[in-house]
Amino acid sequence: MVQRVVDTANHLAGYAAKAAGVKVVAAYPITPQTTIVEKIADFVESGEMDAEYIRVESEHSAMVACIGAAAAGVRTFTATSSHGLALMHEALHWASGSRLPIVMAVVNRAMGAPWSIWPDMSDSLSQRDTGWIQFYCAGNQEVFDTILQAYKLCEDERVFLPAMVCLEGFILSHTYAPAEIPDQAKVDAFLPAYKSGWVLDVNKPYSHANLVSPEWYMEFRYLIQEAMENAKRLIPQIDKEYAERFGHAYGGLIEKYRCDDADLVLLAMGTIGSDAKLAVDKLRKEGLKVGSARVRVYRPFPVEEIVKLAASSRMLVTLDRHISFGMEGFLGSEVKASLYGQQDRPLFSGFIAGLGGRDVTAETIEKVAKRSLKMLDAGRVEKETEWVDLRE
Amino acid sequence: MTLAPKKRGDLPLTPLSCPTEGSMGNTGSWRTFRPEVNYSKCTKCTLCWVFCPDAAITRQQDDSPKIDYDYCKGCGICANECPVKAIVMVREEE
Repeated sequence: MVQRVVDTANHLAGYAAKAAGVKVVAAYPITPQTTIVEKIADFVESGEMDAEYIRVESEHSAMVACIGAAAAGVRTFTATSSHGLALMHEALHWASGSRLPIVMAVVNRAMGAPWSIWPDMSDSLSQRDTGWIQFYCAGNQEVFDTILQAYKLCEDERVFLPAMVCLEGFILSHTYAPAEIPDQAKVDAFLPAYKSGWVLDVNKPYSHANLVSPEWYMEFRYLIQEAMENAKRLIPQIDKEYAERFGHAYGGLIEKYRCDDADLVLLAMGTIGSDAKLAVDKLRKEGLKVGSARVRVYRPFPVEEIVKLAASSRMLVTLDRHISFGMEGFLGSEVKASLYGQQDRPLFSGFIAGLGGRDVTAETIEKVAKRSLKMLDAGRVEKETEWVDLRE
Repeated sequence: MTLAPKKRGDLPLTPLSCPTEGSMGNTGSWRTFRPEVNYSKCTKCTLCWVFCPDAAITRQQDDSPKIDYDYCKGCGICANECPVKAIVMVREEE
């Protein structure tokens, strides 16, 4: 039976770990992630969840414990934020290189200094090149659903990679909203028991991810790249299957909204991507042909989807809750990189917004769209990157 | 023993190594200096056997050391530890 709840995205992440039948959770608390693992600790303590809960002394240890557990052949989960994720960095490479399908909720929080507990995506986007799949969610239900989808994807033998399911701190993590927890039998039918690509076995001992000479190292890297490409193909299929079974669909790699006849498409990740829909509706009422596209999966990057959007529109605009110092926002960079091979490229402008939890409302997005439409009318972009609501 | 792949398609997901002697090949070839044991000086204290970081020294029946030159990298720890200077490091010749 479907269980209807009104709960936070963090608690829903806990419900998802329980529904997925996770067997080992190793975690270290950090704001704004803590309530995820608190919820799981409650489930384990009450016996509702048959899992080993390992308390560790740091996030680095949390990830390494998850690696050990996954290598021993069980489904594992952890969660972190910001500096906790940064501390995990080295171990993230070991997880992906060992091809272990660990799923981790990352509650996006800005990096210090200066200290901040509010959201932006500089924490998870800094982990871009670790070989982890990255999902970005825009709602509480999506957090729950994406965790289940992530296990399905990561444990596919064509993938065998770990994934981060990212959600912005406070905007989602601590905000109560209605959600559905599906019937457990239906979850089990969607997500079969974990079968690892390889497993540690005391009766047939071996070690893993050892020294590889230059003769073969590149090939192992290529296998990860291939797995990422496979993931790109599988994500829309899994999203479709999930929609058929549970009634929730998220557009696979990218959630498009009123893009078909749009002159200008606003691209963003996370909650800015969902607030953009409100801005689009308002602008449409004014007769302005604007659409929005929420990039739901950042790694693998949906290059082909971006190319399609570019072909059907006259201008692409990115809103990045991130800055790569000395360049621009990653989403902006990668949207442009996706289009270099195309003959007729639309105009582009990139905006940096919402760093360290600065509010990005539908009105903010509307302002960005109107500013961009002016550039489109003029036929040229004055500045490729602009900062939104920056104080004088 | 290394089960060397022939082509990319033969690779496992991640390198897996079974317990085996010298999985990285003949590491003795890395050596610049070779430890040589003067058995007449050796007191069979076994310190060299204890300290060898590569387990390239075996303890013989009479407790005297036997160096496996296939895997000894020539680090010199045995010569350094030997209390009676029964092990000396000799430069490898071409």
